[in-house]
Amino acid sequence: MSVWEVFRRERKGQPLEHAGSVEAPDANFAEAWAREQYGRRGESVALWLVPRDAIRDVEDWADEFDLKYRRVDGYSIKARLKEARERAGTAGPG
Amino acid sequence: MAAVEIPRDEQAFLEYVQGGGQVETTDWMPDDYRAKLIKFIEMHGNSELMGVLPEREWILRAPTLQRKLALTAKVQDEVGHAQLIYRVVEDLGKPREQCLADLVDGKAKFHNVFHYPTLSWGDVGVIAWLVDAAAIISQKALLKCSYAPYARIMKKICWEESFHILHGRDVILAMVTGTPEQFELVQEALDRWWGPLMQFHGNPIPSDEDPMYRWRIKSQGNGEARQQFLDGYVPQIWELGLTVPDPKLRKRDDGDWEFSEPDWDELKHVVTGHGPKTEERLAFRRRFLEQEQWVRDAVLAA
Repeated sequence: MSVWEVFRRERKGQPLEHAGSVEAPDANFAEAWAREQYGRRGESVALWLVPRDAIRDVEDWADEFDLKYRRVDGYSIKARLKEARERAGTAGPG
Repeated sequence: MAAVEIPRDEQAFLEYVQGGGQVETTDWMPDDYRAKLIKFIEMHGNSELMGVLPEREWILRAPTLQRKLALTAKVQDEVGHAQLIYRVVEDLGKPREQCLADLVDGKAKFHNVFHYPTLSWGDVGVIAWLVDAAAIISQKALLKCSYAPYARIMKKICWEESFHILHGRDVILAMVTGTPEQFELVQEALDRWWGPLMQFHGNPIPSDEDPMYRWRIKSQGNGEARQQFLDGYVPQIWELGLTVPDPKLRKRDDGDWEFSEPDWDELKHVVTGHGPKTEERLAFRRRFLEQEQWVRDAVLAA
């Protein structure tokens, strides 16, 4: 017996989402049980069955180099904008 | 951005889940959290599996072919929920075979409402409508469970339960608009089920003292769930001309419901294996578990 992760697509054009898993002795049984548990009511237009062992899990995200300049949270412009407006004389009364 | 690290320390982990953090199967978790998850989720699985027995008794006696098909489909759904749920328990470390063995040996619990008899077709309607309604309130609160794989399968379960409530309400509506005898069957069933329904969400222990809430396995307290049930369903019961068998039941001006104290001794007695139908239904499960052993053997030999 091995575990198969089940991904389902609810409607055409939507991404596959992880739904759960089934335990089965082979791919055919895995398909039969996944159909039964995740597709019986027409709630999915497609299923993906992936042997859990085949999944390469990536969870560590090193951030040794400060890469904030590539994201919006890397920029704080409020103070500089205020200063620039004051210099230009365009700052509001507030 | 670095992924949020799940703290490998019980206190910090507790703060993490209390702050809305969610946990996956492969993440580190404190032993107590894992044990509580297994206990809670296993009981849910047991309840789905045992919960079909009161209704199963009426498949052969359903009043019409349509009702027979609908009831069969509901039973199939509930067993399917048990399958999904036991899979989650299995990933936490307790094999399904062990869950089933503990269940039939009387070592594991299942919900109080599934220990009672289904005396008439009215009971079938009340179960599908009100027992499922009470259950869906608990289950909707589990969509926010700190253990994410459980929360994800709850999405599918809630979706199917909403059909069941409608099926139950339809059964009830057919009877209350039928003959006086049919109406009476519903009223009698409601009288029988009201006590167990009021006990369903459990003792009103403060949520902070409830370990299942503390670990954010549940996201609401028992008393809160009961109020939500009363608020949603008492008006629906009353509008059909049915009487709720509790003279103290009323909605206060502040929006909270007042009611007679549910019988907590009965709840304890029933869920510890002393309900009117506990023995008979466990014996039924035991018999089928043995009888169907060849199917599991054949699959494993495939």
